[in-house]
Amino acid sequence: MGLMRKIVRTGRVAEPAPALDAPGSASAGQGSVGPWRTGSVQLRHVDAGSCNGCELEITSAFGPVYDAERYGVRLVASPRHADALLVTGPVTHNMADPLRKAYEAMPAPKGVIAVGDCARNCGVFAGGHGVAGSVRDVLPVDLEVPGCPPEPAVLIAALRGLAGR
Amino acid sequence: MTVIAAGLLIVALAAAAGALGGACAPARIRALLAGLLTALSGAGGITAGVAALSGQSWSMRLPHLLPLGSAELSVDPLSGAFLVIIGAVAVAAGVYSVGYTAPGGSHPTDDIEPAHETVPDAGGAASRTCQATLPLFVASMLLVPAAASVTTLLLTWELMALSSLVLVLADHRSRGSVRDAALWYAGMTHAGLAAILVGLVLFAGGTGGESFVSLREGADTLSPGLRSAVFVLTFLGFGSKAGMVPLHVWLPRAHAESPSHVSALMSAAMVNLGVYGVVRVAFDLLGGGPRWWGVLVLAFGCLSATYGVLQATVATDLKRLLGYSTSENVGLMLIGIGAAGIFAADGNRPLAGLLLAAAVLHAANHAAFKALLFLGAGSVLRATGLRDLDRLGGLAARMPATTAMFGFAALAAAALPPGNGFVSEWLLLQGLIHSLTLGGTPSVIVAVSMPLAVAVVALTAGLGAAAFVKAFAVGFLARPRSDAAASASEGPWPMRAAMASMLLVCLTLGLAPALAGAPLTRILAMLPTVRDGAPLAGSGVTLHLAGIAGSMSPLLIAAGLLGVAAVVVALVRSVGARRPRRVALVWGCGGTRLDPRMEYTATSFAEPLMRVFDDVLRPEHDVTVTPYAESRYLVESVQFRQRVPDRVEARIYPPLLAAAAWWGDRSRAVANGSVHRYLAYGFFGFVAVLIVVGFTA
Amino acid sequence: MTDHGVTIGSVAAALLQLVLLAAGAPYLIGMMRQVRARLEGRVGAGIGQPWRDLRKQLRKEPMRPDGTSWVFAGAPRVLLASTVLVAVVAPLLSTVSPLAGAADIFAVVSLLLLGTVALAVAGVDTGTAFGGMGASRAMTVAALAEPTILLAGFALSSRVGSSNLADIVAGTLVMPATVLSPASLLAAVAFAVVVVAETGRLPVDNPATHLELTMIHEAMVLEYAGPDLALVELAAGMRLTVLLGLGASLFLPWGIATSAAPLSLLGAAAVLVAKVAALGAILAAFEVFVAKWRLFRVPELLAGSFLFGLLAVSASFFLA
Repeated sequence: MGLMRKIVRTGRVAEPAPALDAPGSASAGQGSVGPWRTGSVQLRHVDAGSCNGCELEITSAFGPVYDAERYGVRLVASPRHADALLVTGPVTHNMADPLRKAYEAMPAPKGVIAVGDCARNCGVFAGGHGVAGSVRDVLPVDLEVPGCPPEPAVLIAALRGLAGR
Repeated sequence: MTVIAAGLLIVALAAAAGALGGACAPARIRALLAGLLTALSGAGGITAGVAALSGQSWSMRLPHLLPLGSAELSVDPLSGAFLVIIGAVAVAAGVYSVGYTAPGGSHPTDDIEPAHETVPDAGGAASRTCQATLPLFVASMLLVPAAASVTTLLLTWELMALSSLVLVLADHRSRGSVRDAALWYAGMTHAGLAAILVGLVLFAGGTGGESFVSLREGADTLSPGLRSAVFVLTFLGFGSKAGMVPLHVWLPRAHAESPSHVSALMSAAMVNLGVYGVVRVAFDLLGGGPRWWGVLVLAFGCLSATYGVLQATVATDLKRLLGYSTSENVGLMLIGIGAAGIFAADGNRPLAGLLLAAAVLHAANHAAFKALLFLGAGSVLRATGLRDLDRLGGLAARMPATTAMFGFAALAAAALPPGNGFVSEWLLLQGLIHSLTLGGTPSVIVAVSMPLAVAVVALTAGLGAAAFVKAFAVGFLARPRSDAAASASEGPWPMRAAMASMLLVCLTLGLAPALAGAPLTRILAMLPTVRDGAPLAGSGVTLHLAGIAGSMSPLLIAAGLLGVAAVVVALVRSVGARRPRRVALVWGCGGTRLDPRMEYTATSFAEPLMRVFDDVLRPEHDVTVTPYAESRYLVESVQFRQRVPDRVEARIYPPLLAAAAWWGDRSRAVANGSVHRYLAYGFFGFVAVLIVVGFTA
Repeated sequence: MTDHGVTIGSVAAALLQLVLLAAGAPYLIGMMRQVRARLEGRVGAGIGQPWRDLRKQLRKEPMRPDGTSWVFAGAPRVLLASTVLVAVVAPLLSTVSPLAGAADIFAVVSLLLLGTVALAVAGVDTGTAFGGMGASRAMTVAALAEPTILLAGFALSSRVGSSNLADIVAGTLVMPATVLSPASLLAAVAFAVVVVAETGRLPVDNPATHLELTMIHEAMVLEYAGPDLALVELAAGMRLTVLLGLGASLFLPWGIATSAAPLSLLGAAAVLVAKVAALGAILAAFEVFVAKWRLFRVPELLAGSFLFGLLAVSASFFLA
């Protein structure tokens, strides 16, 4: 019963949804190619060598406060179920091949989202001995979300652009 | 000459010719000759059986054929049903043996590491002895239900036991486990024979005649104690042949170790004769009995069904799994027979009839799908030399026909629609359900035993599904888990043809079970305590129960499934994007290509259920950890071995065997090898007999 | 006894029921997710989200993992076909059924198990460790849930002397007091546990998990993509809806049409939607309060429900 009281007392913690940005604002480049604007986006998250800063922000974006799921965006367990890869971090040598395999494993139409500055241009890890390059060097990237790490609000704005909601 | 006589004549002549051909013909045509004549013998059995089921009857007396009594044969509808079952399995097994014994197959030579020790020859089943014995085995099985006197029954029964023993021993040269299995089989079958012999001799002694006719007439004059003694002895004897737990110990061994067409014959045909014997003696010759007979049969049925299905669930040897599943299915038949006995004793004919019909129908269904399963397992064994499910897999691409047919049989064995096992299990459940409404106020025995019986049937349904998902999915699907499985290919076409014929039987029984209505009614009409309860009626499409509200149409379900599936496929085509199906690497979480060793095996598949039933099964685990010489904290290798010993066997049999050995040791003092002493024994024994006779006469 | 037979009315009733279940199942899932979201302080994706997901998955590319056989592509179709067949024959809207021959409780249970088996076989066929693991776990749960549901069905059907679902429901409608009989109450408890287990809800399975090692249902379908996945998800939703509807019909049968008159059918449809929605909401709210159990605690739950089923059967005999 303690939990019940807590539920009643807490109520809704999700913040009100901001207005939907004009489509394409988050540099959604080849938006027409991917599985976009169906009101449903399933994401498979791949950490290609991230410092886990972006992961924290992603977790928070899918948490109750930002509640990314309300826009029809969901994280899934298998690339077979996914529409897009959510890639964080610079692509390390060890993760380049698994990343390609994860992309291969997705059914068409499919896309890639590079989250965070490291994924876009290797960030502070640029030139590191274990780094193979940015995500764009390995896979065709459809959407880039800037920030180190990107704030949940930015992430959500980008994801809403994909979902169209 | 009637059709039945003609059929039985074909049985005998074809078997004799087959035995002759198997023994004398050159190796090239030996298999063909023996196999086809075996099939012909089976066809003769089907002919006679169908004629008997359609209402004809026939009997014959050959006065001087046997030294102590006359050979009597008679075929009534009950015999007819089992003639058809055995005949059909024999046809399939005979045709199958032509391909199975052809050169080119792999046969395991050593039990422990079969994958490395396969020899590409025809195996022991192709030997002259086995080829000659196969038709004899079939003929003796077909004569058992036709036997109409105690002597004839015992003679054919023993002939059947001996010929099957020879066949079990087919591969005795290459594998020690075969000899072990044959020893168990020989021991158990003869212990069973002794029980039947004593029981029937008591019966015949009490009635003053040994033909079934006089037994039937005199059964009522026996004292209740003698009647019960006859019933219990014959029940145990026939039950041991049927693979009833705890008398089942020979079954998983013999069925696993014999050539696969022999396994099919034993599991699908011979085991049913045990069931036949119980029905024949209890319901026909003794004319029914008190309620506790039924309770006894029901209890053994529940035990067999539960224990059999549990062992099948955790078994990793494909043929052993099928063997335990035979025990399970016999258990289900015994549940039907036992419940029928209880209701017959209560005078509730419709229910008794329904349950007995369910048991007989299940015998037929079980024969059809189990024969198909064993033949499928035999094809796999021949192609890979493997019975171990943990090393199989990937056969769907390499042996597509076998895979599809085994899959359907597994569906039937799991009692799922549209398989035929579902129909008889449904009928059994119907009988149990209506025990409340049709039985009036239930007696305490009914109120206690029926819920338990239902629980057992329900449990076997669930666990059976798990066992056969394991057998089919792990054995045939995914990627091959060994090189032998990877290089498998379909065997000669007679094997597939034989399996297809059994598939056809499964489909017929599964989709149009109402065909069995009239024959089953005829069987019930000849049993005094259950007659008048017409169980199955109606068109060929729907299964109706006369006098009972309940109908089910397997054909409708199958058609519905097919129709809906077609609609689903069409809808997906029209709604979907019609993109072509892309073949991609299995998703291995981004790692390298998944190794077949990473796949789930039969052992791992059954592990959760093994844990759940830990207290019953008591698996034995050995973990051997070998550390490096430098430090005992660095592990070089870990060996894990798991064995699920047969608990019933381990508990009951060692004391019995020890007692037998002790008895043997005692008698050694009496038999010290001195001929004088033996002659003295003879003399004093004879004198003792004379004295006894002199005083009693 | 109810009248069975193929009439225009009964066919219309069956079709209406099928359309209602097929169209409503994703909404039920959406509604349950919405209830959870609200209780967790979130907004939720709206009850239409599962339909949006399905529509999108249908337009995607089907895939076949290397090394799999026809079983892999066939399983979702068999799963959906068996579910649809159950959705047609089960007496959820009315007790008149055009396919009385298949509306048997044992047939329905076996058809549902057939779907489970198809998916489990396909799970092993993928050849991945996760697929096999999911299949093994699903069969373990099914092997224990199946006997329970058979026992519950037995307890209910032995009372009316028929295992025909429509007869059972009609029998309860005639004698409403039987709902409160010990047999019926015990069977209801057993049935509820089975519904939770068979449809992969908490605490048996977590329908929202991303962790492969904790999965049962999800682990078997990890390899499915596009239309195949859509079929599996739709079938899973329909199974939940059918089982909830069946529970409502067997234990709370009021509002079910006993004829095929259009008005009574529409009324029954409204009642059915309300009942299933209420049951779904209760189930979803219950899920907020429990955590997923360890896999090996699940058999304890199922063994408990098996015992309840056995008690129900015994009660129906002793307290007849």
